[in-house]
Amino acid sequence: MTKRNYFFLAAALVISFTSAGCGSSREDNSGRYPNGQVIVYNWGEYIGEDVIAKFEEETGIQVIYDMFETNEEMYPKVESGAVAYDVICPSDYMIQKMRENGLLQPIDFSNVPNLKYIGSEYLEYSRAFDPENSYSVPYCWGTVGILYNKTMVEEPVDSWDILWDPKYKNEILMQKSVRDAFAVAEKKLDFSLNSTSEPELAAARDLLIEQKPLVQAYVIDQVRDMMIGNEAAIGVIYSGEALYTQEENENLEYVIPKEGSNLWFDSWVIPANAPNKKNAEAWINFMCRPDIAYDNFDYITYGTPNTGAMEMMDEELLENPVLFPDEELLEECEVFQYLGPDAEAIYDEYWMEVLSE
Amino acid sequence: MKRLKRILADAYLGIIFLLMYAPIATLMVLSFNSSKSRAKWGGFTLDWYQKLLDSPEIMEALMNTLSIAFFSALIATVIGTLACIAINRMRKSTKGLFLALNNIPLLNGDIVTGISMMLVFIAFGITFGYGSILIAHTTFNIPYVVLSVLPRLRQTNRSTYEAAMDLGAAPVQAFVKVVLPELFPGILSGFLMAFTMSLDDFIITHFTKGAGINTLSTLIYSEVRRGIQPTMYALSTIMFIAALVLLALAGRPKRKKEAV
Amino acid sequence: MKIKKNLSKTLLAGPYLVWMIAFTIIPLCMVGVYGLTDRTGVFTMDNLTLLAQRGYMKALLLSLGLSLLSTVICLALSYPLAMILRSRGNGRKGFMVFLFILPMWMNFLLRTLAWRTLLEKNGVINALLDLMGLPSLQIINTPAAIVLGMVYNFLPFMILPVYNCLMKIDNDVINAAKDLGANAFQTFFRVILPLSVPGIISGVTMVFIPALTTFVISDLLGGGKVLLIGNIIEQKFTTANNWHVGSGLSLVLMIFILISMAVLNKYDKNGEGNAF
Repeated sequence: MTKRNYFFLAAALVISFTSAGCGSSREDNSGRYPNGQVIVYNWGEYIGEDVIAKFEEETGIQVIYDMFETNEEMYPKVESGAVAYDVICPSDYMIQKMRENGLLQPIDFSNVPNLKYIGSEYLEYSRAFDPENSYSVPYCWGTVGILYNKTMVEEPVDSWDILWDPKYKNEILMQKSVRDAFAVAEKKLDFSLNSTSEPELAAARDLLIEQKPLVQAYVIDQVRDMMIGNEAAIGVIYSGEALYTQEENENLEYVIPKEGSNLWFDSWVIPANAPNKKNAEAWINFMCRPDIAYDNFDYITYGTPNTGAMEMMDEELLENPVLFPDEELLEECEVFQYLGPDAEAIYDEYWMEVLSE
Repeated sequence: MKRLKRILADAYLGIIFLLMYAPIATLMVLSFNSSKSRAKWGGFTLDWYQKLLDSPEIMEALMNTLSIAFFSALIATVIGTLACIAINRMRKSTKGLFLALNNIPLLNGDIVTGISMMLVFIAFGITFGYGSILIAHTTFNIPYVVLSVLPRLRQTNRSTYEAAMDLGAAPVQAFVKVVLPELFPGILSGFLMAFTMSLDDFIITHFTKGAGINTLSTLIYSEVRRGIQPTMYALSTIMFIAALVLLALAGRPKRKKEAV
Repeated sequence: MKIKKNLSKTLLAGPYLVWMIAFTIIPLCMVGVYGLTDRTGVFTMDNLTLLAQRGYMKALLLSLGLSLLSTVICLALSYPLAMILRSRGNGRKGFMVFLFILPMWMNFLLRTLAWRTLLEKNGVINALLDLMGLPSLQIINTPAAIVLGMVYNFLPFMILPVYNCLMKIDNDVINAAKDLGANAFQTFFRVILPLSVPGIISGVTMVFIPALTTFVISDLLGGGKVLLIGNIIEQKFTTANNWHVGSGLSLVLMIFILISMAVLNKYDKNGEGNAF
């Protein structure tokens, strides 16, 4: 048994390592955080760099921060109660689904005075999924569009059709999330992206299957890095990523296709089983503070509904069509709605058929 | 002819060796590349290492990984070793039953083990977090300990234990003084096998982890899905060097012994 | 007295038994319950028969195909390697085996990540090919990349048991065969190969099962274009939120594992734990 000796040494090293590690990571935090904790569940890369630290310092509340990649991934975690989160940032249709399934509780707005900074038109939009504006506070908003590399795509891009152009075989990145992928096909076919009609969905599915040989990869957050790294010529992406990617790679351009697209809102909500509701409200209030909203915007470059933060922005940014698209184009865009369990099952089934083809 | 055979054999070893190490070497080289691009060399830098050490998330994940590996291996070693002593004395049919039970987690495929634990934790109302990962890791570690200790136990001489008892040792004393030292190599290799398995696990942790807690595996997974950061190359390099140094250091006395 | 002593010995298995029942048996029963019911809790076989549908069947067959192929490649690479190592001098042997299993100590995800870095469209291999003026290699996001990832990740799990088993074969046995007039060919096929079957079986088990059930390798090297049965199960639990279907598919997967184990065990006479 020659392994014995090095195993021995490894064991000794490991033991010393671990004991050191436990000492530092499991210490009692009640001294530093007199006001307990708040468990936040947010999208990846969706908050300013120092915002969490600032919040902890100012409020004395410890932040436990967890991230998700898609709404669909977030939902079962909350529904199963595996982890009781305090405050979550889902999108429109998912908020509706959570609300209808009794997973949310109303926010006590007397604890969120900074709500006054949220532009009234955004609250108006929110009524689509939160009719009384009682469950959610808008955090970011934007559109879904096409990001393309000007050096690789010569023709003007203004339609979803380019994602089906065989010229760009292996140069296309699609979103790997069921609603976003179907929305592209539905809009190309001139259907509503909230369609529940089976023939329409089947047509959208067939269109996606037809597209599959051209697609280089189905990804989510990776679109950003792959586009910056010139790995692909065209990608479907959220508008918020466009500014950041343009900073890193000046050849990239973002368009909302003329057929229309998805207009989305990500808003803070408090789940029904939140153990620290007060702290969750403190968190939401903090996120609505103009300087914090500006910090967030500055780092993640997603459109903010915060009027205070908008005042802090440069003139140039306020005119940027990526952040603030034309009214006309917005008219063409739709907000996702929750379609009920039956339609959801069809979407899931068809999506799997696309991916397994 | 013999010479040719030797050359061919060496070439074969070389090819496999290259296949195994070329990817690792690539990661190492890229960890010093100041350009984020995989295809361009932008000059030498240690920035990614600095970033790695400065990242509290990665350091915390490292500590979680090590402490979960250590404690789950420890608990599994205690439970597994005790069980082996009992299993060794059992009738053949009972023993077969236990060994079959032991094989379940080994054969089941990590994904099935992972989801089944997730279901049971939710059903029992166990909060997902450090504790749930520890339980899950202990569970898949126990069989490895049993598989390492049991063969060793079979080789031990029962009469030494009985002789110790005859000489007036209490059963516990006889066990600790006589049987345990004999079993020790088996226990240790079981422990280290368990430790290694826990370090390397991703799938089961993926299904049983809670909010705000990551092991290196789950952290790397979420990072990679967001795009490959060069800090991950730096992390790979450090992990590989650590394993290499650790194992090479310990390998040295071994060779001396063999020479004697 | 004797009975009492035996009883207390048996009690030592108590914690083990409790732990294994609580965290292995009960969880599997729960998978069974979920797999055989629908959302309303009514018994159904739908979650199993679903597999007959095109999408699911395709993923299952692809998983079986790719994992079998990887297992065969691993075996084909490991066996000669283990034979060569066996024939080498004692001093260096240990070190060489160590070299071939060392990559196992590097995180599984990082090992897979390495291949993505190599194979990507603008990855290292293509950059090198480009320098040499050769056409680029496009295997990322195809089944070929996934097989490569599987072979790379699981190769040490094949080398180790095969090598250990070959090392146990007494040289005298081989020499005896030669003395009795067997040529190299006969010695290999009639003596060495049959004696190494247990090692091959543990190796096959340790490669085939993780390859069959993986979702990580296909996720990282498949770009979402290659769907394996592991991916479907993972998605049913994490995004589609349909645990019943996910459990049903897991049950099917377990059946496949059981069948392959049963087949393998037929060839394995002294069954327990040759892996290490």
